[in-house]
Formats: sequence, C-alpha cells, structure tokens
Amino acid sequence: MCAGELRSGPSIPPCQGDVMAKVTKLHVNGTTYSIDADPQTSLLFVLRDQLDLTGSKYGCGEGQCGACTVLIDGNPRRSCITPVGAAATRQITTIEGLETNGRLHPLQAAFLTEGAMQCAYCTSGMIMTAVALLKANPHPNAEQVSQYMEGNICRCGTQPRIVAAVLRASREAAR
Amino acid sequence: MSSKRGAPDRVLRDSVLRDPAVPVIEPERYELRGSSPYRFELQRRDFFKFLGAGLLVACVMKDALAFQESGGGRRQGGQNLPREISAWLHMGDNGVVTVYTGKVEVGQNIRTSLSQAVAEELHFPVDRIEMVMGDTKLTPYDMGTFGSRTTPTMNLQLRQVAAAARDALVDIAAQQWKVDRSSLVAADGTITDPRTKRTVEFATLVKGQRLTQLIPTEDPLVPAAEWKIEGQPIPKVDGRDFVTGKHKYPSDQTLPGMLHGKILRPPSFGATLASVNPPDATVMSDVTFLHDGEFVGVAAPSQELASRALQWVHAEWKPAEDQTSSKNIFDYLKTHTADDKSRDSAPYEVGSVEQGLKSADHRLQQTFTVAYIAHAPLEPRTALAQWSGDTLTVWTGTQRPFGVRSELATAFHIPEENVRVLMPDTGAAYGGKHTGEAAIEAARLARAANRPVKVVWTRQEEFTWAYFRPAGVIDVTAGVRTDGTITAWEFHNYNSGGSGIRTFYEIPNQRIQFHETSYPLRQGSYRALAATANHFARESFMDELAHELNMDPLAFRMKNLKNDRLRAVFEAGAKKFDWGRTKSAGQGFGMGGGFEKGGNVATFAEVTVDRESGDVRVVRVVTAFECGAIVNPDNLVNQLEGANIMGLGGALFEAIEFENGQILNPRFSKYRVPRFSDVPVLETVLVNRTDLPSAGAGESPLMGIAPAIGNAIFDATGVRLRSMPIVPNGLPKM
Repeated sequence: MCAGELRSGPSIPPCQGDVMAKVTKLHVNGTTYSIDADPQTSLLFVLRDQLDLTGSKYGCGEGQCGACTVLIDGNPRRSCITPVGAAATRQITTIEGLETNGRLHPLQAAFLTEGAMQCAYCTSGMIMTAVALLKANPHPNAEQVSQYMEGNICRCGTQPRIVAAVLRASREAAR
Repeated sequence: MSSKRGAPDRVLRDSVLRDPAVPVIEPERYELRGSSPYRFELQRRDFFKFLGAGLLVACVMKDALAFQESGGGRRQGGQNLPREISAWLHMGDNGVVTVYTGKVEVGQNIRTSLSQAVAEELHFPVDRIEMVMGDTKLTPYDMGTFGSRTTPTMNLQLRQVAAAARDALVDIAAQQWKVDRSSLVAADGTITDPRTKRTVEFATLVKGQRLTQLIPTEDPLVPAAEWKIEGQPIPKVDGRDFVTGKHKYPSDQTLPGMLHGKILRPPSFGATLASVNPPDATVMSDVTFLHDGEFVGVAAPSQELASRALQWVHAEWKPAEDQTSSKNIFDYLKTHTADDKSRDSAPYEVGSVEQGLKSADHRLQQTFTVAYIAHAPLEPRTALAQWSGDTLTVWTGTQRPFGVRSELATAFHIPEENVRVLMPDTGAAYGGKHTGEAAIEAARLARAANRPVKVVWTRQEEFTWAYFRPAGVIDVTAGVRTDGTITAWEFHNYNSGGSGIRTFYEIPNQRIQFHETSYPLRQGSYRALAATANHFARESFMDELAHELNMDPLAFRMKNLKNDRLRAVFEAGAKKFDWGRTKSAGQGFGMGGGFEKGGNVATFAEVTVDRESGDVRVVRVVTAFECGAIVNPDNLVNQLEGANIMGLGGALFEAIEFENGQILNPRFSKYRVPRFSDVPVLETVLVNRTDLPSAGAGESPLMGIAPAIGNAIFDATGVRLRSMPIVPNGLPKM
C-alpha cells in the first residue's frame, strides 16, 4: 500500500447504463442538444468540448476529486467516468443550469456569502454535490455535510467555508 | 477628504508625455531575446487608441523617473513610455477605471485586494474597477507572482498610481472651477466643492482628453488606520462568475478549428527515445502526428481521438541507468552533496558553536527529513496556442506569463515581441506553475497542425512531469543551559532549501548552512518553499530541548526570543488556545511558529491519538498571525485556513513515492491530499498592525502546522517523529 492511500473511497459512483450506438441527443439543463459522440466518450468531454459547458471541470479522470460532478436525473455523478451513452436518455443538470431567471440558486448565493472559494476550480463540483445532499437531506449537520462531500477535493483548503455555505443554504431554504 | 498635493499646475508639470502631437522620434527597440527585465509593448498613442480618451497614470521606478525628468528620457522620443513601469491605470471618459498589472490570480484573491487598493486611494467604487492581469501584450513586465510579493509591492504601487490619478483629477477640477485645489473633496468617483456644492464626476473631467502622468513610487498615501475600503472584508470581486461556472479558466479556452493535443511521455525519467513509428495511415485521418527530436505528440479534433491516436504510436525507449527510490532518498541526499562546495550557500556564522557547546549543560543532536511532495493544483497544466504567421498567442495557467513568453521565444527562435501570453485566472498553482511546459507543447503541435491546439495535462502527467517540493535532510545540534538559555545552534539543510533557515531565537553561537546535493526528481518552488521544512526541524527541536530541560515549551521559546512581533503572535495564539490547560488521555498539545516574508505566525495544535489503532487526529488548530496592516481580513482568514489545511497534508501523510524513474502514486486515489474529514476546527487570531506596511500572507502561515502537530503527538504519546510526513500510515507501532 502506498503511503497516504485513501482510507475510504469517494461515495459517488459513475453513472451506469445502456451502451448504445452513436449518441446524437443529450438533455442538459432543460435543453435538448444535438451531439455526435461515441457512447463510450466521457460525458465530461462532451459537455465541455461539444456543448461548451465548461463549468464542469476535469480534475483527475478517475472520479476521485469531484470537480466534474453533475446531476443525472437528480443524482450526483462523476461525469469524467460516466460514458455519455449512459446519460443519453436522462436529464442532466450542470452548474450552468442552476440559476433561474438570473437568480442564483441558494447554494450559489451561500458560497458567495461565505467566501467559500479561493481558486474556485472545485466550486462547481462542490455546489452540484451539495445540491444533491440538500435534496436527500435538507437539514444536515456539519458532520453529515463533511461526510457527504468527502469525495470532493478542495486543494486550496476552503473546506470549513464550504461546510458553512451548505449549512447556510440549508438554513435559508428553511425560512 | 481633500487631496494632498499643492500646486494647481501639477498635472502639467508631471505630464512629461502629455502632448499627443509630438511625433515619434525613435521607436522602441527590443533585443531578440534580451535579458532586460523591462518590456513595454505599447506606445502612448496606441494606448489611447486601444482604451479611448481619458487619463493614464503609470507608476515608474524612482530612478527611471529621475532619468526622464533630467531630460534623458525625453531625448529618446516623447511618445514612448519608459520601460521601467510597473503598473498603470486608465480612467476612461466612460466612467470605467482599468488597471494593468503583470501579477496573476491563482486563488490568492489579489484581483480583489488590488482593486481595493485602487478604490481606496482613487476614492472610487470597487465595482467599477477593471483589473487586466498577466497579459504580456497589455500589462507591464512583471517577474512573476511568487514570494508573497504582490501585497508589499504591487498593492503599494497601485495605491500610488491611484493616489496620483485622484490628485490629477482634483487638479483638473480646480483649474476648471478656478478654485484652490485644497478646498475640493474627492469621494466615490466625484469631486465636490463644499462651498458652492458643485460636483463633477471623474469621467466628465477627462472627457475627450489624452492625459498622461508618470509618478514616482513615493507619494503620500492614506494611512492604514484611516482606510475605508482597504481593511474591509470585501468579497471576491468576480465571485459570481465562479459560482455560476461562467469563468473561463485556461483549460476552458477554445478557438474555432481548435485541435486537442497529447504528448507521448517516456516510460520513466531520463529514458531516451530509441525509435518511433507513426500510427498506421488508415487510422490517422484527422490526426496530426509530430516527431521532433525527443518530442512526440498528436493533435486531433477531439480529446478521445487524440488519446487513441497516441496509443497507436509505436515507440521504443532506452531506460536511464538505475535510479534512486523514495525508500533511500535521504541516504542519497546525504551522500551526494555537491563536489564543488562553492555551490553551497555561505555558512551563517556567529560566535563559536564549539565554545557554545562546551559551555552548555545539555547537548542534543537530531536529524529531520522531509519527503518530496506534489503541488497537485486541481487544474492541471494546460495551454491553448495559436500561430498567425510567425506570431504566437498562448493562453496558459502560469505564475510567470513573461517567463513563459521568454521560454516560447527561445523554443521557437522568434523575438519575444512576437509572443503574447495571456493568463486567465487559474485553478491554483501553489508555486508549482512557474514554467511553460504545456505552452511549448501546445505551440509545437499548433505549428505542426497549422491549427490552434489545446493541451490539458492529465492528472497523472501533472503528478509525474511537473516538479516537486524538494526532499531534504536537516541536521541540528544545540547546547542549552539548565536555566533554558540556548548557547549553541548548528543547522545544516541538505537539498530542501535555504528559505527560513536562520533562527529567530537569540543564540550567541550559530552555524547555519544550506548544502546543495544531487537529486533524483525534478524539483522547484512550492508555497512557502523550504521555510516549511526548516521550521519543522527548528520548532520540533525547540520542543525537544524544552522537554530535555523539563521546561514548558512556550516558556522556553519566550526565554530565547526577543522579536516583539513574533512574541506577540505566540502570546495571542497561546491565549486563544488556552495553552497550559490539563489534557486527557490520548490528547496532546503542541506549537510551532516563526516569521518569513513579513508574516509572523504561531500555530497551536490539539491532537488525539489512539495507541491501539495508531490513528492520529488533528482536532483543533489555532493560528495567530500578523502581517502588518490587514488589507482584507476575510481573505486573510481564508488564506490562513487554506494554508493550514494544505500544510496538514504535507505534515501528516503526503509523500511522492518513486522507484526506477517512475512515480508510484501519481493519482488522487494513491496520493492522499487533505479531504473534508481531515479538517480540524480552525481558529484564527489576526493581529492587525496598521502602523506597519502590509505583507503577503499566502505562504508564511503554512510553516507552523507541521511542528505543532509533531510536538502535539509527542505530548500525547512521548513518541518523537522527525520525518515529514509524520504519520503516513498512522502512528508507528512501538
């Protein structure tokens, strides 16, 4: 075993599903896009390179850092290890789809209020993961937030602020 | 408040370049690949053409301005601004202020703190200030964003530029209204005459004008105690772009017709290319293949096609000779000191260490080690390159855009003025992005493909082909008297570096030296440099000495410490931490601190240790920090927390493992970085010294945590651990 090998892996799997022939359509943020992709192509590459939805980031390519997290049918998934074929018939939500009529999602607003970022490269993945958390558990405590976000890396070390932001969004949604 | 300068004709006197009608007498000249650190790309008229009418104020190094004012500069042509400019500001007649600096944003939040500096002195709203950063065509030359230099230098220069701009605007208003300038008040982007109640917007004053002003770097500034905008916890100015995913990082950049590039990497360090065959032509449609010397790469319309094409390349490599491994790295470093001792730093010597040891009651000697670690910025190295004839434009994530421009010019044998490097705000760097590997790779492939090419390193490439924080061995010897006085101190650092190597304790006899050695991995700068290793050794050893004497570690430090600023943070931290309270079983407390780059830090850690499982948890960390006048307290706390969390990784478990020229753990699944569950309760105490100049705070807070944790583990267990990482696999079984 290598020094520092993870004691526990990330909690969020890739999306499994049918592997079909060429993928020609993708439903993202309420819009149906025409695409041309091999079903095995990673969803992340299709989002970024074909649809120019670059808010989802490449960080590791092995589902270990969470920077590429998107929602597929409402569930958080690592788009870097999800073949686009497995997401073709599903509803995909990316960070670009969270605003409604120019109004920030409560989590986006809470990340701003708490200053929960430095370089912010991890931010979209953090927010997407947190959206799923608050859907599953609208009133988590700090430890539950921390546990749920364990698979997302913030190398700048803003984790305490991210936890505070998720708790704030949870509080404000309850109002 | 009223502005501070005297005569109403100040603008005219200072505007050495004010007349746009003066023709260019002698154009700016450049060496092809000169070593002059100063570059200036734009002529004054280009500037106004580009920016529109308004007021341009540039900060010029004092000597250079004196040269200009003595006439030497003007003889060379009135249209050219001097090369020795470090920053400039344009107040447009559209009401927008644009500030130009070669510094770059990598998450340290200087886009915000520098905007605050300008807003403070200009008396202008922060949200109407645009910062143009790290674009070699548009911004003044800058050596790079490192060494915690932005706040002590660029922040100050921008304050001076903004103060001069405000003064110039007040002068113009005073001239227009024919009143004494000292009666006017500048605030929030307008100038008011309190007697007549007349007001005018800054923008109106510069309507249709082309005013230029050069200022020296020594104007009076608003004292920190009177700051209204600096000193405030202003949120990240463009934060919304980051939470919405709109911000385009270097790896998000695209161009029409762009290809994706992949590079064939050697199977191990030092391996040389024996032979290479391009992929079969039948699978090569749409793929550009390039073999140029040791460089082999492909470019294709999609990332997956580029990756596949790379697999079709058949290459044979000749491996290098046997290479050392992480298992015996420390022996290697100690036995491979440079033959040429002149390459070592000169030893720092005070008194006689031998005499000091003789007069001591206790003598102690220990060796500390520090492993190679990786920066692992979440955005790996990346670049997008585009050629237009012999002119090259590259978007890349680097702390040294001008350095990368130089690398590109050298690599492609073109003049530097043919290369433009742009640095969009980047997904972190931590001292790890000083170089232009991806930029050169993308540019080489773009030239071969005759199309724009983007290269994004994989995580594995980033972990393997970037550079590392140097491993090191540190030998310390000291003598102490029973009363706690340190009489002798000898400290030798092998390979990890000389940063923060000197002790700040008052010791009459010292010998301190950094020794260069051969080393097996590519190594370079890392946030806080070797100050982390040197503080780990020094502050751990201080703890050992205190225990040797049965003295309280805080009292022992204070007995040997005179520096008031450092004493202040140790005292503030101890108070907040409640140092001296009773501990329960398995609990331990420890501290570590020091100063570097204008920052004074004292870090206190509480750990719990399970002797059965060997599990070590850092439960709580208190950091007291002082870096002069605080520019943005919220961002400062953010930096302190981040530095502690990043430092915790290197302290506890981060280590690059390698063997025979290969990195054995080049993935986040194998190389453990701090995650949510590793993060302790973090508390900070900010000591705000408004009487002192502001210093940077991105690096020095990193230094205290490793010794604090190591000392706390000793406090809990009696086990002294002298290697970083301290507990990669939990506490060793005794």
